[in-house]
Amino acid sequence: MTALTVVEPGPLTTVQDFGRPGQAALGIGRSGACDRGAHRLANALVGNHPTLATLEVTFGGLEVTTDTDVMVATSGARCSGRFPHLSPFLLPAGETLALGMPAAGLRTYVAFRGGIDVDPVLGSRATDVLAGLGPKVPQAGDVLPVGTTDRPLPNVDVAPVPEPTGERMVLPVRPGPRRDWFDDEAWALLLSQTYTVDPESNRVGVRLVGEPLSRTREGELSSEGMLRGAIQVPPSGLPVLFLADHPVTGGYPVIGYVEDEDVDRCAQLRPGQEVAFSASRSAAVTGVVTGVVTGVVTDT
Amino acid sequence: MRILPSGSRGLLLELDSLEEVLARYAALQEADLPVLDLVPAGRTILVVADRGTELAPLAARLRQVEPAEHAGVGGEPVEIPVRYDGEDLSDAAHLLGCTPEELVRRHAEEEWTVAFCGFAPGFGYLTGSRFDWDVPRRSSPRTKVPARSLGLAGEFTGVYPRESPGGWQLVGHAEVDVFDPDRDPPALLVPGSPVRFVEAR
Repeated sequence: MTALTVVEPGPLTTVQDFGRPGQAALGIGRSGACDRGAHRLANALVGNHPTLATLEVTFGGLEVTTDTDVMVATSGARCSGRFPHLSPFLLPAGETLALGMPAAGLRTYVAFRGGIDVDPVLGSRATDVLAGLGPKVPQAGDVLPVGTTDRPLPNVDVAPVPEPTGERMVLPVRPGPRRDWFDDEAWALLLSQTYTVDPESNRVGVRLVGEPLSRTREGELSSEGMLRGAIQVPPSGLPVLFLADHPVTGGYPVIGYVEDEDVDRCAQLRPGQEVAFSASRSAAVTGVVTGVVTGVVTDT
Repeated sequence: MRILPSGSRGLLLELDSLEEVLARYAALQEADLPVLDLVPAGRTILVVADRGTELAPLAARLRQVEPAEHAGVGGEPVEIPVRYDGEDLSDAAHLLGCTPEELVRRHAEEEWTVAFCGFAPGFGYLTGSRFDWDVPRRSSPRTKVPARSLGLAGEFTGVYPRESPGGWQLVGHAEVDVFDPDRDPPALLVPGSPVRFVEAR
């Protein structure tokens, strides 16, 4: 079995897969790769099954060596360094793979053929930083096992996918369960202003800085279940956009939701980057029931 | 029941009471629905649809599910051995207008049910049926509550699965881990489970 030695972990590197779906009723969040599409792609490039674990590297800085030759691929944010991106390559035994800083985007996924084979916890190898579940965050000197796979290597040179950019990101949003805790003015403000990503952002959520949204309804909300993509508005009025390690339930009103298919892009937002929200068109087309979409009361 | 939107994969059922949450949750678990997760909470149940499931037809099906008559999973209660030696025992008793001995007797005699989980993996919010447990949270939360602490807050009692910040009134500690990812099952407290606290000797 291949042993992968972490020489330098960079600011934050974690082991990730698709997390722990279906256990939220026990208070266990899903967690898993923040950018699931990039995780899936990195695995595909080395012939791994999509459920095998990759390394999620935050803001580059990872340095690793292996004791055997191993096929590797990176996806997500393109880090500087002497290796190809979005293209499988051989890391020879004893050589160091060093990821520099990405010029744009935040999270890079590094897949090793056979997958990171640490012991799963509750069915997943994902590290949930909020719940403290899963493998420990790798530190310098740690050795991670790499598994094996019989699946064929794909016959590709480079995966043709768009890469994260540092430009202002526009995210389609649909009204959330507590849209009616805010008036139309607040909703319009959410859709019209440009936010900046706060450096305090992490795997739990992207914190946004801008003009605060004020509530029209006072009082406490009984904590309720939430999903990734939720835009929660705490008393400060500054929204938090939930990512993979969001709490299972939260007590602040969720004004809106980013479309699930767009949450992967949110995982690539980096501190200082600009973000804006637009009204989702799919909410109108595939909307649950008229009235529900706008947050208006519907009775049984 | 209101059905509120919760993104492209979720629907939030908003109900009038915790009893209704328990009754609906029990019924939804039995119904054969295309859902990945059902997340009960104090007044709501979040329904997370399986990938590719249309939300409108799912909402229609959710409306057709009648709440269960007997909420909860029934069966033998989960027994949790505890020692009533918490720092806030006298304060909590005072807030409930009784003596610490009376609080301990009531807590140990109570038939508790796990209403829902949250806050941390394996943290169950338990409600009683015999007494009115309405205990205000501490005015200033502790930054560190030890694992296994037994607390009271609002209408709930609960055991901290691991060390965390917390504002509950601490009345004792459990002699077992309520959550251990390496144990099968990892969580002792599952929504709907009946629970009894047994004073350890």
